Amino acid sequence: MSDDLAEKVLSVIAISKRIPREQVSLDSTLENLGMDSLDQLNLLFALESDFNISIPDDEAKSIRTVREMVEGVRKLVAGATGQSATSVA
Amino acid sequence: MAQRRVAVTGLGAISALGHDVPSFWNALCAGRPAIARIESVDLTNVRFQNGAEVRGYDPAQHFESAQADLLDRFAQFALIAARQAIQDSGIVFTPELRQRTAIVTGSSVGGQNSQDAQFWAVYRQNSPRVHPLTIPRIMPNAGASHISMEFGISGPAFTVSTACASSNHALGQAFWMVRSGAAELAIAGGSETPFSFGFLKAWEAMRVVAPDTCRPFSRDRRGLILGEGAAMLVLEPLDSARARGALVYAEIAGFGMSSDAGHITTPSTDGPARAMQAALLDADLSPEAIAYINAHGTGTTNNDCTETRAIRQVFGAHADKLAVSSTKSMHGHALGAASALEAVATVLALRHATLPPTANYTTPDPECDLDVVPNESRSAEVEYALSNAFAFGGLNAVLAFRRV
Repeated sequence: MSDDLAEKVLSVIAISKRIPREQVSLDSTLENLGMDSLDQLNLLFALESDFNISIPDDEAKSIRTVREMVEGVRKLVAGATGQSATSVA
Repeated sequence: MAQRRVAVTGLGAISALGHDVPSFWNALCAGRPAIARIESVDLTNVRFQNGAEVRGYDPAQHFESAQADLLDRFAQFALIAARQAIQDSGIVFTPELRQRTAIVTGSSVGGQNSQDAQFWAVYRQNSPRVHPLTIPRIMPNAGASHISMEFGISGPAFTVSTACASSNHALGQAFWMVRSGAAELAIAGGSETPFSFGFLKAWEAMRVVAPDTCRPFSRDRRGLILGEGAAMLVLEPLDSARARGALVYAEIAGFGMSSDAGHITTPSTDGPARAMQAALLDADLSPEAIAYINAHGTGTTNNDCTETRAIRQVFGAHADKLAVSSTKSMHGHALGAASALEAVATVLALRHATLPPTANYTTPDPECDLDVVPNESRSAEVEYALSNAFAFGGLNAVLAFRRV
């Protein structure tokens, strides 16, 4: 789990929410990071910009934890670079 | 000075449901949504594709080219709705009445189409100049100004911009001015044309627009559907209306406002509840007097369950006896024009004893456990109704109407 992509996602979350990187772990939930609906919108925007992906609304809505966020981004990045996204899902 | 009763004596509307009030009302009664793929903007790279556009509209049928040149689409719609409402009212303007007539319009974003086109020219095409009329086309008060110029109406005129509650705030101010005697007549409502590429991209980023359709209060709802249009109402003292033998559609009985003082985009329960209570208080009504509510009912997850809780907070056990429908399911969410269209819908519901339905409804949601008049209009003699509008930014405005 501890890979470059996950590291980058955690870092984007910390910067977007303006909290120390150490407070963010794969097991954090967006709720216990104190992220309200606008914080989540800002985070999706930051992730889309930094990873050059487009995150669908329905997938975004279902995400509750940082781990799910990392896996969601991984799937979209794989899709964007031409690899099979469905096998990852 | 004693407060005067305020009558609605003229209606005008242009919307996705049609270019006039009869087509608007017929579609509402038939439960027929006008939600379809957006044609006026290329949305290839946008996550939603559907909206409620005004179709088959040709400005040349309504305006000489010199006048059309001055008017963004939203101001054209404002003027068309005002012309219809004034003609419908049968009002004859004297010089004195012109000076004593108020115009209050609502618009959230004004001339989006002009702004987008001209900014596109500057940013993308490196055009060294924009059209010299860009500012007067964009300004959200353009609708009010053009109505005043066309009819020579020289009393108080202004525009209210409170996002999705703009028109209810506008109608409420006009109602109070006529009731108090500050104005002898008012033309009030709202106008909005949000279909520009840049603005639609901004809505995409908000992640509240449905990819399919607008299903207020239905468990499978996925968000709002943007709409465009305008509606205007003519308001005058009930006694004056009767004295001149005017057709009185309904009476505005009260108006209430509140702000959530909470979150910029997440609605509260308390703010909307206090606005409904304020409207009841202003109308001197008990909650049990209300039989129908035209809901804000956007079709977003948050709004519909919050609005349900707010209604239950205000009405208690009587909430189970209310009919509550969202006509946004048919004409879309026309933002600053939404509550003007909904005021027309509510007035006609009272007059014709027919409640327009919540269209596209499929599945009950335990968090929206009200009688939402699903899919089919209903015959019902209603004496009092509310029309709710709760804006982003937590600004709430509610009108109370009475059958005459």
